[in-house]
Amino acid sequence: MSKRSPSPVLSARGLEVDFRVRGGRRARAVDGVNLDLAPGEILALAGESGCGKTTLARTLLGLVRPSAGQVEYAGRPLAYSTGALKSYRRAVQLVLQDPTGALNPRHTVYEAVAEGLRIHGISDNERDRVAEALARCGLRPPERFFLAYPHELSGGQRQRVVIAGALVLEPKVIIADEPVASLDASVRGEILALLLRLREEFGLAALVVTHDLGLAWSIADRLAVMYLGRIVESGPTEQVLTNPRHPYTQALVSVLPDSPVDRSIILSGEPPDVTRIPAGCRFHPRCHELASGAAEQAGVAEACRRTPLPVLGTDPTDGAPAVACHLHAARLTPTADSPK
Amino acid sequence: MTLLDIRDLEVTYRSARGDVPAVRGVNLRLRPGETLGIAGESGCGKSTLALALLRLLPASASVRGEIRLDGEEVLGMSWGRLRAVRWAGTSIVFQGAMHALNPVHRIGRQIAEPILLHEKVSEAGARQRAEELLSQVGLPGWRARSYPHELSGGQRQRVMIAMALACSPRLIVADEATTALDVMIQAQVLDLIAGLVAERDIGLLMISHDLSVLSSTCARLAVMYAGRVVEEGPAHQVFADPRHPYSRALASAFPTIGDPATRGQPRGLGGDPPDPTALPSGCAFHPRCPVVLPECSSTQVDLVPAGPERVAACVRVDTAARSTP
Repeated sequence: MSKRSPSPVLSARGLEVDFRVRGGRRARAVDGVNLDLAPGEILALAGESGCGKTTLARTLLGLVRPSAGQVEYAGRPLAYSTGALKSYRRAVQLVLQDPTGALNPRHTVYEAVAEGLRIHGISDNERDRVAEALARCGLRPPERFFLAYPHELSGGQRQRVVIAGALVLEPKVIIADEPVASLDASVRGEILALLLRLREEFGLAALVVTHDLGLAWSIADRLAVMYLGRIVESGPTEQVLTNPRHPYTQALVSVLPDSPVDRSIILSGEPPDVTRIPAGCRFHPRCHELASGAAEQAGVAEACRRTPLPVLGTDPTDGAPAVACHLHAARLTPTADSPK
Repeated sequence: MTLLDIRDLEVTYRSARGDVPAVRGVNLRLRPGETLGIAGESGCGKSTLALALLRLLPASASVRGEIRLDGEEVLGMSWGRLRAVRWAGTSIVFQGAMHALNPVHRIGRQIAEPILLHEKVSEAGARQRAEELLSQVGLPGWRARSYPHELSGGQRQRVMIAMALACSPRLIVADEATTALDVMIQAQVLDLIAGLVAERDIGLLMISHDLSVLSSTCARLAVMYAGRVVEEGPAHQVFADPRHPYSRALASAFPTIGDPATRGQPRGLGGDPPDPTALPSGCAFHPRCPVVLPECSSTQVDLVPAGPERVAACVRVDTAARSTP
């Protein structure tokens, strides 16, 4: 996997996004997120529905304005003027979940891929650019697909067309929201392999939003796990998945088949609603470590219930995972001064 | 006693484009308390199979073969008897079943409906049963008074499972019943289904594209491709050591976390599932098969023994495995 470069291409700094819901209450979908995406890096953002991962992705794309904090591209804060956003969206492209919904059924493959070029007023070599983008996405020979309509293609081919539409503008980053969730299992691997190849060949960085930890294991350099608007654990994918430290990550990993976590931890209930984020650690009402008394033994149960956790920074320089958990912090402290 | 016995089942849809064979000769058996998973991709015929069990197919489908539920032939059943068997003998939970709830009725009433239709109980008795069923699927009894929109997707899917259990069926068919749910909710629902199957000694036929979910929930696993079963055996063996190249491709699409061999190596299969109106000759899988042999395009392969309690339909299943007792 690629080494992390010191200057990120895309970052989130203390990002918060609020929505007003019925009854005047505020829902904080993203509640303080720091995130760095290095050039050529694949970062997976995982979590259950409603954890704020899609809102975070939309905010990074400039589709939603943050209530606090900022998005930085190439070290500069994102400006929200129409012109600035237009050039930003040439560099940072979105790939949607459902290729059938993302493609206009009455546009040919050529029109679908060329649309971005036309929006951005790029008129030189249109045909060559479209052909190259299709070929890069494995649709070869590209000319054969020019006049095809979406309904004539398979699901995997449609997703390749959607990715080609993003690539034709030669972006630096793609943000993919569940890029393979609607595809058949045997086709998924091919699309994921395509993302890896684009990284190898063109240094494309990708933020992949997914609920599928297997996908993260297959392609991501780093993994960030989100719960109720916050990143609760992030770090190199191998470390986060083979030795999950946050109880929520442990539970998510434990329910996978052949999981590295021996005992399966099935959380009861569902994530609380974002208008009522629990006090203290936001995970404490469902936490098995608190319920089993492990937190009590370590003397942190009170903190779990009352003391809010600090927002995780971007990954610490030593490459160890960052974890937002009182119990984890308590377990680290006694061993910190013993020799390693 | 066999609970479900499917023999030489064939289902063909008649369409303007010609006949579309969806299921092409399937044999499956299930005893009470057993769990069987059916894996395959879109268009492999797995949902058609589920619909055929209770004759829920559209009129354009022609069905041949035999389906016996508790020894009783389904295909020749009278409509009255069939209505009695639906819900009470066998119930089906579909994918996205949570959208099947009627938005203007309270869920308690919807669960009580099949009970009132199938059994001689009072309305109060049926309502009581509905509340008991809700608590069995981990929802508080007062939820009976809720409307579907007041429940989350996971809760609604539990309501559908409660409905499926309402008339104490002997067989439950779950067709992608947990696919739309989040991992943790899926784990809750799967745990619930597994518990109910063990407790009530009912049979479970679970249909999914997700081989990893099936292998952790079901004892046996059948893999379907282009309307046929291409491999069947104990679930863990089929998932961990598949004999058919298609099962192998499908299994490797679900990486094992912690296994360095799958890290950074997403695997898939080239090509697309075949068009059912123009199936390839010989073995239907041969155009996509990574280990294809010259004879595969002409030889139709049947299921042959591929180890203890295992069968696979591939010319490469070696004779050594066939003779192993």
